[in-house]
Amino acid sequence: MQGNNGQLYEGQKLALKYFTVAIVLFGAQLLFGLIAAIQFLYPGFLFNTLDFSIARIVHINALVVWLLYAMIGAVYWLLPDEAGREVVGVKLGNLAFYVLTAAVAVVVLVYLFIQVGPGNEMTTWLITEGREYIEAPRWADIGIVVVVLIFLYNVYATVMSGKKTGILAVLMADLIALAGLYLAGMFYTDNISVDQFWWWWVVHLWVEATWEVYVAAVGGYILIKTLNANRKVVEMWLWIEVAMMFGSGILGLGHHYFWIGTPEYWWEIGALFSALEPVPLVGLFVHVLYDWGKERGKGNTIKNVPAFAWLTVETFGNFLGAGVWGFMHTLPQINLYTHGTQWPAAHGHLAFFGAYVAIMIAAIYLGVQGKAGLKELKMTKAGWWAITLITVGVLLMTVSLTLSAYVQTMVERGMYGGTWEGYFVAQANQWFVQGLGWRLATGLMVIAGYVFLVYDLLTCTKKQPAEVYEASGAAAAA
Amino acid sequence: MDNKPSVWTSNRFWRRSATWVTGVSAVLLILLTFDSMAQMQMGTAQDIKNKVDKRIPSPVVINYKIDYQLNRKRGHEVPIIGGMDANGNSKYEEKEKFFGRDDYSEKEARALIHKGKLTIQAKNCMDCHTLLGNGAYYAPDLTKAWLDPTWETLAPAYGGKEYAMAKFLQNPPAMAMHERKMPNLGITKDEAKAVVAYLKFMSAIDTNGFPRNFGKIKGAVDARK
Repeated sequence: MQGNNGQLYEGQKLALKYFTVAIVLFGAQLLFGLIAAIQFLYPGFLFNTLDFSIARIVHINALVVWLLYAMIGAVYWLLPDEAGREVVGVKLGNLAFYVLTAAVAVVVLVYLFIQVGPGNEMTTWLITEGREYIEAPRWADIGIVVVVLIFLYNVYATVMSGKKTGILAVLMADLIALAGLYLAGMFYTDNISVDQFWWWWVVHLWVEATWEVYVAAVGGYILIKTLNANRKVVEMWLWIEVAMMFGSGILGLGHHYFWIGTPEYWWEIGALFSALEPVPLVGLFVHVLYDWGKERGKGNTIKNVPAFAWLTVETFGNFLGAGVWGFMHTLPQINLYTHGTQWPAAHGHLAFFGAYVAIMIAAIYLGVQGKAGLKELKMTKAGWWAITLITVGVLLMTVSLTLSAYVQTMVERGMYGGTWEGYFVAQANQWFVQGLGWRLATGLMVIAGYVFLVYDLLTCTKKQPAEVYEASGAAAAA
Repeated sequence: MDNKPSVWTSNRFWRRSATWVTGVSAVLLILLTFDSMAQMQMGTAQDIKNKVDKRIPSPVVINYKIDYQLNRKRGHEVPIIGGMDANGNSKYEEKEKFFGRDDYSEKEARALIHKGKLTIQAKNCMDCHTLLGNGAYYAPDLTKAWLDPTWETLAPAYGGKEYAMAKFLQNPPAMAMHERKMPNLGITKDEAKAVVAYLKFMSAIDTNGFPRNFGKIKGAVDARK
């Protein structure tokens, strides 16, 4: 895990910085999600000060940005370890980190204090582009591209002059796609159908293609680190997953093209390929449990219990949230009624958590272990409370939102044909409101888990059993 | 016996498969995108004059009466621009005054919807509402907002629904329809007019039948007939 003489690589120190900001932004995401959840039930809360739209922008943008921070961090963490050499251009990487963090801070302050602008081009350049998930003003878009280019340069230059493993090969191909796709969301058009067509290239092809492949690569690395899993087996599965994820995810884009003004052939394409999307998720799930069972009997302990536990949450959460909850409303016959209701909200919460949040926390635990130089990291009480409260909280939140979604679909779409009257009648339905009430309660549960998580990340290395320290001491002496 | 390993456990085989599958999917997506882009190009005033259906019509549709009706052949609702002929198709004839005029030129109409969409983005509408079903779920869907029965009931008191909508946008709390009020976003008179123009234009986009059964009487398919 470390470079020579037990020291961290400079690239890994940079990774720790990314992880720190990621966890802070995770907190911001939860806080603003809480505000939005309260506003659903008590619309007067912070009205005209911090309206729902602003709470939601910060909620979803913080999510995207903290995941990206954690992703970049995880790559900087594993890159020198896999390539067997220091990250090339680590100084440039540090500079990019501070530029990005300053830019993120400015964008958030503008969201909070300026909020909206007049209806002209200046607003899209300086305040907000007003397009869900990619609201960042255009100056920030350009800044992000520059920072990502530096990141890509560092990855490519390091791998080119170091060891070239299968995990790194997948990451290199994937990161260039991830960076390239962002460009598809950076222009303005009056044609809202064309606007949304390309907007989905960023949102879907990130979340349901490049991010999934990224997660598979990092998941493979974590398996090797926590279980001593056989690299050949991990890399073979990685290629299988790449084939299945890109094979289903790229044309699965079609399930967003049912109702935005696109030709009808997207119905069939979207239905078929998005139905295939859960398949690799099952593969991932079976794969991890299989490896676990196989390695367990060999007297081989798990090297980082919290990381492995979060990876297990990832496999279940990804399969349930992205796979099952996604499939529930992805066919056009169903989606015609569920599109634009709480269904996508229910699916989105569990999918983002299961597919990305859990594995990024696993990667951060690897960083915590590496920083302390421990051979093994055991689960602490706080760590157990963190994973339990967050996971159970998000699961129950998803069930609550599904209940609300069900009522909304039946009343608003089925009975009232999607009118505003139908919308408000559905929103007032007692079952709908009850679902939102449970969502708020489970949100508080997740926040309690977050507090345990932060506490555990800061303190868990100090609470390890004595033999773990001895092992690390022996390693340092050797 | 030859101890040749199975192809199914060969990394090389799976690496090649991954490359091919990704490549073929990406090429298919690009080809389909070219075709979709051609079909999604915004129509022109000429198209409307020639009675040509476009998925995204020219902004001059703001001069016309717009409706959303079941199309028997396609099996779902489609926008009807300028009234309906005996076969249930658009006639592109019946005009409707929009802020007192029904003769907006292509250029004027385009300028209006340009400002309208910029305002929709500048005020972050999508972080409460959904447009074409995408966005947040805190406030009603705006896809067919222009056709929503709510505005029909308010129209007489304001001298037309476009006036009612524009008035609402300039100070939403004053005309709140629900406990979950829209905040005052500092939308000017010109911006409000442009946003209403955009909503009218958007209601004429062919969304393949979304939302289904829009505005029909509770519980019945195509019950308005």
